[in-house]
Amino acid sequence: MKKTKILGFAAATLVSAGAAYAGTLEDVQARGTLNCGVNTGLAGFASPDANGEWQGFDVAYCRALAAAVLGDPSAVEFKSLTGKTRFTALASGEIDILARNTTWTFSRDVDLKFDFVGVNYYDGQGFIVPKDLGVTSAKELDGATICVQTGTTTELNLSDFFRKNNISYEPVNIETEAEAKQQYLSGSCDAFTTDASGLAASRATYEDPSAHVILPEIISKEPLGPVVRHGDNDWADIARWTLNALIAAEEYGVTSANVGEMSAAATDNPEVNRLLGTEGNLGEMYGLSADWAAKAISVGGNYGEIFSKNIGEDTPIGLARGLNAQWTEGGLLYSPPFR
Amino acid sequence: MSSAPDTSAGQAGGFRLSMLLNDTRYRGLTFQFIALAVIIFLMFWLGTNLVRNLAAAGLNISFRFLGETANYDIGQSLIEYSSQSTHMRAAMVGLLNTLLVAFLGCVLATIIGVTAGVLRLSKNWLVARLMSAYVEAFRNVPVLIWILVIGTVVSLGPSPKVYLGDDPERGLFLGLFAFTNRGLTAPAPVFGPGSLWVVLTLVASIIGVIAYLKHRKKTLFSTGTLLPTWPVPALLIVPTVLVFFILGQPIKLDMPDPLANRFNLQGGFEIGRPLIALWLALSVYTGAFIAENVRAGILAISKGQTEAAAALGLRPRRIMNLVVLPQALRVIIPPLISQYLNLTKNSSLAIAVGYTDITATLGGITLNQTGRAIECVLLLMLFYLLISLSISAVMNVYNASVALKER
Amino acid sequence: MSDTHAESVAYVRDTFIPQQEPPVREKGVVKWMRENLFSSVPYTILSLLALWAIWSILSSFLPWLLNGVWNASSLSECRETLDGARGGCFAVLSERWNQLLFGFAYPSEFYWRPTLAFVLLFAAAAPVLVPMLPRKLLIFTLVYPFLAYWLIWGGTIVAPIMGLVGLIVGAVVFQTLSHRGFAIGVLGAVISAIAIWWIGGSLAGGPLSGVMALEQVESAKMGGFMLNMILGTVCVSLSLPFGILLALGRQSKLPIIRVFSVCFIEFIRGVPLITLLFVANVVLAYFLPPGTNFDLILRVIIMITMFASAYIAEVIRGGLAALPRGQYEAADSLGLDYAQAMRLIILPQALKISIPGIVNVAVGLFKDTTLVSIISMFDVIGMIRGPILSSTEWSGVYWELYGFAALMFFVICYGISQYSQWLERRLATDHR
Repeated sequence: MKKTKILGFAAATLVSAGAAYAGTLEDVQARGTLNCGVNTGLAGFASPDANGEWQGFDVAYCRALAAAVLGDPSAVEFKSLTGKTRFTALASGEIDILARNTTWTFSRDVDLKFDFVGVNYYDGQGFIVPKDLGVTSAKELDGATICVQTGTTTELNLSDFFRKNNISYEPVNIETEAEAKQQYLSGSCDAFTTDASGLAASRATYEDPSAHVILPEIISKEPLGPVVRHGDNDWADIARWTLNALIAAEEYGVTSANVGEMSAAATDNPEVNRLLGTEGNLGEMYGLSADWAAKAISVGGNYGEIFSKNIGEDTPIGLARGLNAQWTEGGLLYSPPFR
Repeated sequence: MSSAPDTSAGQAGGFRLSMLLNDTRYRGLTFQFIALAVIIFLMFWLGTNLVRNLAAAGLNISFRFLGETANYDIGQSLIEYSSQSTHMRAAMVGLLNTLLVAFLGCVLATIIGVTAGVLRLSKNWLVARLMSAYVEAFRNVPVLIWILVIGTVVSLGPSPKVYLGDDPERGLFLGLFAFTNRGLTAPAPVFGPGSLWVVLTLVASIIGVIAYLKHRKKTLFSTGTLLPTWPVPALLIVPTVLVFFILGQPIKLDMPDPLANRFNLQGGFEIGRPLIALWLALSVYTGAFIAENVRAGILAISKGQTEAAAALGLRPRRIMNLVVLPQALRVIIPPLISQYLNLTKNSSLAIAVGYTDITATLGGITLNQTGRAIECVLLLMLFYLLISLSISAVMNVYNASVALKER
Repeated sequence: MSDTHAESVAYVRDTFIPQQEPPVREKGVVKWMRENLFSSVPYTILSLLALWAIWSILSSFLPWLLNGVWNASSLSECRETLDGARGGCFAVLSERWNQLLFGFAYPSEFYWRPTLAFVLLFAAAAPVLVPMLPRKLLIFTLVYPFLAYWLIWGGTIVAPIMGLVGLIVGAVVFQTLSHRGFAIGVLGAVISAIAIWWIGGSLAGGPLSGVMALEQVESAKMGGFMLNMILGTVCVSLSLPFGILLALGRQSKLPIIRVFSVCFIEFIRGVPLITLLFVANVVLAYFLPPGTNFDLILRVIIMITMFASAYIAEVIRGGLAALPRGQYEAADSLGLDYAQAMRLIILPQALKISIPGIVNVAVGLFKDTTLVSIISMFDVIGMIRGPILSSTEWSGVYWELYGFAALMFFVICYGISQYSQWLERRLATDHR
């Protein structure tokens, strides 16, 4: 096997040396697949199902992007990444876009030279405790042992929260959600903390979910969003506006059911027409076809459909829209206009 | 290869190019030159790539992040640490945690390994089989699985709740210890004024005991009279206890307090569950390998030695302690060193049970928070390299001291 | 004296008294137990302790095993079926069987390919492992890597065939040129082999890409126990030649080569494998030309191979050091040069001594392939800790899954170590 490997290595080096650091869009189109970095397994956001198909909220965004850029929602290579490996994978060009519940922070944006193209989920860090512990507020957790799933900004928020409230705690840092859950359920920790969405997802898998409560305090702001490399603004634009298209589609009532009909002929809503390419040609401005947004929306539907299919209240995860509702319904989702 | 002649040509009269390959005088130089050129080229190539890649991504190599505030907490630390300490400090906490678990693990693994290795050769059929089963089960299954499994087992202990409250379900073990799924809580000594004298007395008595034992051996060898052993415990206990009470009990115990907190026992001294889990897992795993080394070492001692000792009338246990083990030690120690090194390196899997060693701090959370992958991984490797080299240096000195002096 | 004595005795019994049954305590099970279990007080205590240990393990393990549920679609269904009784939920194994063996991404219609490759592995390994088999079978061993590559990764058969052809041409060139010196032979062999591979690479990528093509499966889709097997076999076989080179380099009289070998070996042995895997995963990408993107599995193979070669080098160094000095001197006195002496005299003997050590390294390495789960590869442990335990159906099933993984590793590693002991005994009789 050795020689063939060397053969492959040599060929790979020579072939890819020519394609170095062209625009990401050209790379993706030349390759014919989108390399998308996702979580190694977080129910509802990104995890392979029993048939090995990647499913989830972040995955759906990648598929929509692939449909917009390549016209084929299945032309995505999902690369599973840990908290440790995600930034290197993006910086070194192994992936084109990182959609792995990554919190948008100043230092990541500036120091690590990435661009966050928007927010696809407004999250915040919370605590889950067993109901019979009798705790109703996180401020009562003085002296408790707390399991922290490392990997996002969780450890930092936790430390800040306890310092601010001048109470103490005993952290147990754990790497995977499976082990954190095991520790928490066996009673080795009094509370388990991670992003509230993750807590809900985790609780859904407990033997008796009703025996556990998520405390009301949300101790941090966790705007999670897709990330691209800094400096490739064309690619960032595509990623940003694909996300905006999904959000706008919900606002204008474009769904996976009616997108075909609406994009076939101009409707009487000019915003929808511009979005779906039946009026003007926004896609052409950044090198995509006129119906890029229609293709993206037709994969998994608009933002609301993706949300309710993967993490919404009818799923085991059971998350309410909350902050992630449209601005018209009291949420924070607000797509800039398509014109 | 054609570049080789540039430097080595002209060193000898009547020199032909083919001599570079065929003449044993020059061939070594040629090969070394080629090797050096390849290595330098490789380094240069890797370095250039690094610079180009970093420039393209707009990144740089900088260790300044080590001086920045870490902002995260660590469960167990041997030195003062808070979330306001620096990343460097966090790395040091991790390093000390690695050393701690490595040290504890080596001690326990040696005890387990020697016991299991000796028992495996025992004439007791059942015990020998049981030990074989233990050795084979642990040697043939990956350490990561054992760490995960033992981590799960340790977390099945009782919740600390059973010790808490005015009327706890369970009293402290001997009134002192509590075993929970959070770890082991024990009383911690609190040193008041005057405790220095107590400690000094203890040290002095220990020195006295050692001197007495030496004297005892000397008299035995020179005169044949065996002095009694009772002065040993007497010497050890009486003066210290006397001083302790004369000075008005300066050392007090900080007992685990069941009432201070509703979640955990407060006060006292706590060994966290992650440490216990990792410690047990590494010791039991490495113990299986050490058992094999010990068995091989004992089998390497020729049967004549055992028979000669038996002919002198020594009992089996004395044969083992006085004749076989000291000789077997020379065979056992070199592989033992590499087992200690393996244990230390395997401790890098600590995060699987939630223990914050250096891989979990510097190579985990710090890397994660700062995104400085190259710097963190390089430093991490450097630390491990230093640990490994120091362990092998220390153990090699010891090995040299017990090695057979051939005359 | 005996004569006189004999005459004085009136009667001498001329037949033996029939042997009596030994007392009950000196025969059968009782004797065996007295000797082996209860020969003294400490032994009795030890035996009772051992019995207690065995009983307590079995009493909790057996009901769990025998009462297990093999047919359910989720943990909660298992719990319903068990209805409070003690028992394992082995349904997770039957439901996720394919994922545990092949990972979640390998196309299920091609499972036969890695399975066939696995079965053929035994055929390929047999002539190496069992010296009694006819030597001609070694040809299959030579062909096997290319065949396995074709089966597992797919693509046209031209690529592996050209790989093999390059190897053979290289060997032939070496044979023809080696009388002009070892170095020239090696150089010629390498150049001709690379030329063949170059041609082969362009043929396989271009005009002949459809010849006997199996559907291609990328490396990223490898997973489950298959990934452990791939990493284990590939890295062990690759690390052997590198290990030999490093061991020779460490023994070499040439200072630069020696210093380099020592530094490399000590560096690799001084750091944990996991840090090298971090390098493969997060750092290596920065050290390769911009845009190079060869996959994680290949980077990991490189790192594990480096790791294993350092350990194998140390084992072989032990073998080299154990050879009597006279062997080296005898080779020199025959006028053999370094390459010939090593190839014909030293290495065959040194390798033979090192076999048990090499097998130990191989077993250790195979076990260490589970560490790739930490860098987000889905080997069998990665599958368990990632997709399976984080799925809504099976979250919370620990013992069954870890027990299964442990069993898989145990069977293979125990098998290898038994083989090694058998081989040791065989080799030991040779010396008598």
